[in-house]
Amino acid sequence: MELLLDSLFNGVAIGSVLLVAALGLAIVFGLMGVINLAHGELMMLGAYTTYVTQLIFKLPILKPFYNSYILVSIFLAFIVSGVVGILLEKTIIRKLYGSPLETLLATWGVSLILQQFVRSVPLAYGTGLVISLIIGLFLPTTFPSKVKESINFKYFKFSTWIFAALTGVLTGSVISSNVSKLSRASARNVDVTAPSWMRGQVEILGTAFPKTRLMIILITLISVIVITLFLNQSAWGMRIRAVTQNRQMSDCLGISTEKVDIITFGIGSGLAGVAGVAVSLLGSVGPNVGGNYIVGCFMVVVLGGVGNLLGTVFASFGIGIMTDLIGAGRLLSIWPDMPLPLSNTINFFATTSMARVMIFALIVIFLQFKPTGLFPQKGRMVEN
Amino acid sequence: MSLSKIKFDKKIVLSFWIILIALIIAAPTLLPVFRLNLLGRYLSLSIVALGVDLIWGYTGLLSLGQGIFFALGGYCAAMYLQITSSSEFPNNIPEFFALYGVEKLPFFWEPFRSPAFTFFSIWIIPALIAGLIGFLVFRNRIKGVYFSILTQASLLVFFNFFNGQQKLINGTNGLKTDVTQLFGQMVGSESMQRIFFWVTAILVIAAWFFAKWIVKGRFGNILIGIRDDEPRVRFTGYNPVIFKTIIFSIAGGLAGISGALYTVQSGIVSPQFMTVPFSIEMVIWVAVGGRGTLLGAILGAVFINYAKSLVSEALPASWMFIQGGLFILVVTALPEGVLGWIQGDGPRNLLQRFGLKRKIETYPSLEINNKEKK
Repeated sequence: MELLLDSLFNGVAIGSVLLVAALGLAIVFGLMGVINLAHGELMMLGAYTTYVTQLIFKLPILKPFYNSYILVSIFLAFIVSGVVGILLEKTIIRKLYGSPLETLLATWGVSLILQQFVRSVPLAYGTGLVISLIIGLFLPTTFPSKVKESINFKYFKFSTWIFAALTGVLTGSVISSNVSKLSRASARNVDVTAPSWMRGQVEILGTAFPKTRLMIILITLISVIVITLFLNQSAWGMRIRAVTQNRQMSDCLGISTEKVDIITFGIGSGLAGVAGVAVSLLGSVGPNVGGNYIVGCFMVVVLGGVGNLLGTVFASFGIGIMTDLIGAGRLLSIWPDMPLPLSNTINFFATTSMARVMIFALIVIFLQFKPTGLFPQKGRMVEN
Repeated sequence: MSLSKIKFDKKIVLSFWIILIALIIAAPTLLPVFRLNLLGRYLSLSIVALGVDLIWGYTGLLSLGQGIFFALGGYCAAMYLQITSSSEFPNNIPEFFALYGVEKLPFFWEPFRSPAFTFFSIWIIPALIAGLIGFLVFRNRIKGVYFSILTQASLLVFFNFFNGQQKLINGTNGLKTDVTQLFGQMVGSESMQRIFFWVTAILVIAAWFFAKWIVKGRFGNILIGIRDDEPRVRFTGYNPVIFKTIIFSIAGGLAGISGALYTVQSGIVSPQFMTVPFSIEMVIWVAVGGRGTLLGAILGAVFINYAKSLVSEALPASWMFIQGGLFILVVTALPEGVLGWIQGDGPRNLLQRFGLKRKIETYPSLEINNKEKK
């Protein structure tokens, strides 16, 4: 019993990391049909945001609130990745709607640039750049409508960008002069240390569970609930679903599809940032951290069926539990005296990398029987 | 995509070939050893790029897993070289096995004692595996981005397998070939490398003609048909699955040959050949050169890699930015690639923009008709 609980918990823990990482992808891919290979790098930005937040909260002014930095960083990571995502949508992806293979290549290019960016730009100035992006993109939307509709609005916009750039440079240099760790570029991995209340373990039903893992499960749970509520209950959620179902008709009915695209992509990217916070709690953070997750995320989305959050949930927990069962060779401990050839096979696959081999092979076999995933979309238009 | 083929005079074509062959023969004396080796490697990469052009440029299948077949070809060649030069090591098996306490050669190494088997395995094994993967995927009408994602997942499967199996194929360390013997000579020696360069150059030309032959006839027309409108091809009575499987396995075979040539010239084959970035890079060579042009794939592979080594020598950090920028630029601004742009309406449009050439004042449809008459 205890063994089963342990195994289930491990599986759920692995699955929840996958789920929170794949959630944003499921939205972007499922609702917009956009393949975002830079999703892993948006996660990486979220992880770095956690690191930067942690260091800034070590400053004397913010020291008393140090313990809550992880909660703050979840919001910040959502905003940082979301803003970078919106910029990506506005500059590149918008031009490529309807040609997914081209989008795939372009976003791969973006991911290379982002990786090299965190390697060769000091994080302090990176933070400054992100802040100026936030100001430049969002400040104009807060202007009164009289200003927005005037002919001279572009000059207003232009001066906002100048203001944003100045603020960015200023923040960058303030951070870099106060936090020495952020003032130099480095390709080395960095570590995020969990605040004291998140270290250690909790005992439930006689089994000890690490608190960070529980925290990740909690983050995942909240993200899934919030996103489901947003998509199904809010007005914008309804618009997003409408555009997904029939873009032209929604456009005719007065829904701004352009805005819907930006919001959908922004939320998907923001969720990648939240996933980045979760990932930063698991191990060290480096420029390549996103690449480790991206293919797994795509597998989750493909297995779950595109355009269906329920499928994503099932698929990620399924993959998580299977990974644990195979990777830790748990079948052996459940059934100790199985025949030798079988146990040899299980031992052969009982490492993390070989478990991955097995899981991917199983997914490919599964797709032979259900090519459209666990919960396929129905209808005649689906094929093309 | 409008590709108005430029017709050259026969004399020009002939002199081009004479110059090319002279350059290939003279290259070892013109270039320093290091550069010659690099050029040889990049030429071998252009064979895998030809395969990518066949499946992506002509058939519309974007595979992100060509690294599998590339590495398999490399492993086949390296296993033969390792096993035939292992007579001085304990148990007559390659040296690295001793590190992991393996005394008996794993069974799948045995056939690689035979040079004939190796010669065929280099292209047949990758082609068979590509055919199998392709058939399983195409049978279910999985296409477009799903195909890309699945090939990428297969790439990771193979990478993890080869990376984790120290006792079978030396895992992450890979198999070294530069200190092994072939025909009584060191593979890494200068004279051998020169021969490998010539072999590579000949095979690139052969592969080019082969690819041209494939896309020329009715088979090529069906491939283009699949790219442009697959349901229509199916409704006309063709089975796209067969054609897609065949072309994917041909591309796999080309990748295998390319991998073997690359391995003997770089001196090592390792699971690094199966990493995700490398396989996507292959796509960008073709995209920059011009997809659907074949020659563009060769030129793209050679020039981008040469640029990569030159830039990385001068400014190591900036190559990633340049490469990322290339990806974005080529899909947004230059979707036909450089060669496609030159063959198409690109230069004329550019000249028109600067007022150097008069605009043709007809309707687009008339323009097409005029071209056909010429």
